Amino acid sequence: MSFNLLIFVALLYAALLFVVAFIADQRAKLGRARWLGSPAIYTLSLSIYCTAWTFYGAVGNAARNGLEFVTIYLGPTLVMVGWWWFLRKLVWVGRAQRVTSIADLISSRFGKSTPLGVLVTVIAIIAATPYIALQLQSVVQSLAVFADSSGEAWGNSDLNRAALWVSIGLALFTILFGTRNLDANEKHHGIVTAIALEAIVKLCALVAVGVFVVWGMTGGVRDTLALIDASPISEWEQSGGRWAGLIFVSAAAFVCLPRMFQVMVVENEQESHLATASWAFPLYLLAMSLFVLPIAVVGLEVMPEGSNPDLFVLTLPLSASQEGLAVFSFLGGFSSATSMVIVATIALATMVSNHIVVPIWLSSQREGALMSGDVRSVVIGARRFSIVAVLVLGYLYFRTSGGGSALAAIGLVSFTGAIQVLPAIIGALFWRGATRVGASAGLTVGLAIWAWTLFLPSFGPNAIITESVMASGPFGIEWLRPQALFGIGGQDPLLHAVFWSMSLNALIFVIGSVFSFPTPLERLQGAQFVNVFENTGGARNWTPSAAASEDLLIMSQRLLGATEAQKVFQQAAEKQGKTGYLPDVTPEFIQQLERELAGSVGAATAHAMIGQLLPGASISVEDLMAVADEAAQIMEYSSRLEAKSREQERTARQLRQANEKLTALSVQKDAFLSQISHELRTPMTSIRAFSEILQDENADDAQRIRYAGIIHNETMRLTRLLDDLLDLSFLENGQVVLNKRRISLRKLLNQAISSAGINADGAGLKINRTPQDEDVSLTTDPDRLSQVFINLISNAAKYCGADAPELSSIVRNLGADLQIDFVDNGEGISVENQTMIFEKFSRLTDHRKAGGAGLGLAICREIMQRLDGSVSYLPGQGGAAFRVTVPLSDPE
Amino acid sequence: MAKRVLVIEDEPNIIEAISFILSRDGWTVHTHSDGETANMRIKATPPDVIILDVMLPGKSGYDILRDLRADQDVSGIPVLMLTARGQTRDRELAEELGATKFMSKPFSNAEVLENVRGLAG
Repeated sequence: MSFNLLIFVALLYAALLFVVAFIADQRAKLGRARWLGSPAIYTLSLSIYCTAWTFYGAVGNAARNGLEFVTIYLGPTLVMVGWWWFLRKLVWVGRAQRVTSIADLISSRFGKSTPLGVLVTVIAIIAATPYIALQLQSVVQSLAVFADSSGEAWGNSDLNRAALWVSIGLALFTILFGTRNLDANEKHHGIVTAIALEAIVKLCALVAVGVFVVWGMTGGVRDTLALIDASPISEWEQSGGRWAGLIFVSAAAFVCLPRMFQVMVVENEQESHLATASWAFPLYLLAMSLFVLPIAVVGLEVMPEGSNPDLFVLTLPLSASQEGLAVFSFLGGFSSATSMVIVATIALATMVSNHIVVPIWLSSQREGALMSGDVRSVVIGARRFSIVAVLVLGYLYFRTSGGGSALAAIGLVSFTGAIQVLPAIIGALFWRGATRVGASAGLTVGLAIWAWTLFLPSFGPNAIITESVMASGPFGIEWLRPQALFGIGGQDPLLHAVFWSMSLNALIFVIGSVFSFPTPLERLQGAQFVNVFENTGGARNWTPSAAASEDLLIMSQRLLGATEAQKVFQQAAEKQGKTGYLPDVTPEFIQQLERELAGSVGAATAHAMIGQLLPGASISVEDLMAVADEAAQIMEYSSRLEAKSREQERTARQLRQANEKLTALSVQKDAFLSQISHELRTPMTSIRAFSEILQDENADDAQRIRYAGIIHNETMRLTRLLDDLLDLSFLENGQVVLNKRRISLRKLLNQAISSAGINADGAGLKINRTPQDEDVSLTTDPDRLSQVFINLISNAAKYCGADAPELSSIVRNLGADLQIDFVDNGEGISVENQTMIFEKFSRLTDHRKAGGAGLGLAICREIMQRLDGSVSYLPGQGGAAFRVTVPLSDPE
Repeated sequence: MAKRVLVIEDEPNIIEAISFILSRDGWTVHTHSDGETANMRIKATPPDVIILDVMLPGKSGYDILRDLRADQDVSGIPVLMLTARGQTRDRELAEELGATKFMSKPFSNAEVLENVRGLAG
């Protein structure tokens, strides 16, 4: 068979794919393609999991490693059957949040973080590039097989040229059908349909080769089984660890690979399709794996020593001169490779354009760029550019790697890189506490370990990492050896890399999340992701309805102010070709209004407020939560403000009080000084006047004696006054040293009465005591308490005013305190004066009777305070009555 | 006929001192020690000169002076104001209310005598 014919068939097949994709796109656009969104198409599209690596590489893997190839099928099967609920949640979240890629999912969940989106995009590109190169390699190798068989042995330049042309063809196809229009949902009906066709082709091709090998070359099932039994492949050589590790890697990759996410989540039409796929896809995988072992065994048996087992699927039919079957097999491999490259390229291009190119373009534009209409063309341009860039990267990797490594090895390296996003995805869906900081840290650590332990060494010895580094670590640091991290070596390099990258990735993710605080948006998104099943409606999407435009205007006026709101409404009406202020309530208008309102009340509140006015639009729990979140922030802010203003009020009040107190004190001080001045000047006046008289010779002796007596008395009065003033000053300033000791009350009263100058016989003032009650001891300063008693007794003697003045002392023991009342039989003190008497310089009667300066009771009050007791006027006792209360024991 | 001076003061010793000085100079000295009834006393037997203390029980010297100046029958009597609070404010207030002379305690006897003589004209 001529090589040119093969090229012709391949081009014909490619043209068929173009036509199928084109028709599907057209029908989808017309909305007449119900079969397009069928579960069968969905299941078949998932088959892009089976790439050229599976088509060719599984046989090669079986030939080299025996049954290990089964793990690559077991992983996805386990996910589909056992982790169906996980996929379901992933799909739900993807649809509810209108996620466009795996980078978008993670970025959106962790607070719409751009850096995180970039990080995931970078991981995806690094992990996918070798894989794309792998597909190119398989296509050109299979072409080389045919070239070889038709007598033209291909050199390296031929391989490179072929790879370039394949890349160009794939770029063209992907651009044509992947970026025809900018669908917000990122759905590509044409491509998905073409991929479904390819899925059928590759399955049929592999089964056809298998059937030929079993029945055409070997002679039936029994002979084949016997052959397998005899072959070394059937000997179980697997370590359980590697087996489990590979199942884990392939299972995780099934979820984490960007292209799988694209078909499984982004292109998903209905959640129910997943239910069908959960049993249909494992069957597909079973069919794909059924003939791997026979083909490998027969290939090892039949083919000459040293032939590449990765190409047995092609070379076996060719060796049996079954050229038609070989071509079919080639188309199967071609399908596997191209479908993977197309979808992976779309997925990566979406990420690159959405998370890298467009953000850069936006930040380089001045304000108003979003207003102009060229955003669409920019985004589509970015997509196309990204598609070409991804394929160029794949091609370059193919050129530099030289196509040397075994296919399966590259595939596993790629898988391990891609699954670094697994902890972040699981956290995103199931753990509200997961944060952006944790996800970023985990991803970075995982990426770094994967690159160091697996990706960089995969380029081969001395390519990037030198053999000395491999053997003894960078700069001789042994515990950093790429294949023996932390000094734990001797493991399978793949398992070693998977273990360390995934465990540290997850650990750092958890630690980072626990020790960082999520932003409000992160919390909100976390709630919407984790509780996606409670969220009934599609998020943030109104259906057109007949809500009264006027209601919206009224509400908007409240929020934006009348002028601004009317301007918005008028402009919207004008845009619709209407005059006046009431535009039709179209979804576009609602969205615009929501944006306007969001500027003043926050997005969630705006959404919920409009929802109240739109019939049929229910407010979901999440909407309310979002409102609550915003409200909480506002409340927090306003309560902080309130606290601040309360504090200021309090400070102002304190200042005002302090000021009033100072003013009052100042007035008091003036009055006090004025009083002292008066009290001092009065006796001084007498002294001066009489001493001048005495200097005069006109006074007789009797007068001289009398005046000298007055001078003496006034001098004593001055001394007393100064004593009292000093005493009061000491008491008030707390400079008093109390000499407390135990003393009996009777003794105290005896002392006080005699000191007050009261005669025991009762002449002048008769004192009635109650001796039986006085038999009590107390711990106090006897001199000070006595001073109080003396004051009260001599006051009674001075001011009682009764014809036969009497003073009764009444003692009560209250347990903790002792109460002594002094009641005289005079007229008492009038109510308005009762409060005054304890103030300084308050004398109620004229000066003749008062011996002192009016400081006595003020001093008494201060003394009693020092003694932890009190002295007060006791009204309603007939005469003047004072009550002294003093503690029985020293409280200290 | 001896001129009459009324001393309105509540400190007995000061009353005694002023009485002694003025009597010896030939004055007829009357004394009154209660603020409240002072104006009535003045009106009943108007003196030639009044010596008026500020701090009095019942009614302050300022109030007595104000009422005195408001009463046409006695408003012309010269008043020597005595105060123990010798602040400028007190002097200003006294002069504003119509005190003829102002002295702060303690005073010299000669000064009192001189002032009272001067007031009697």
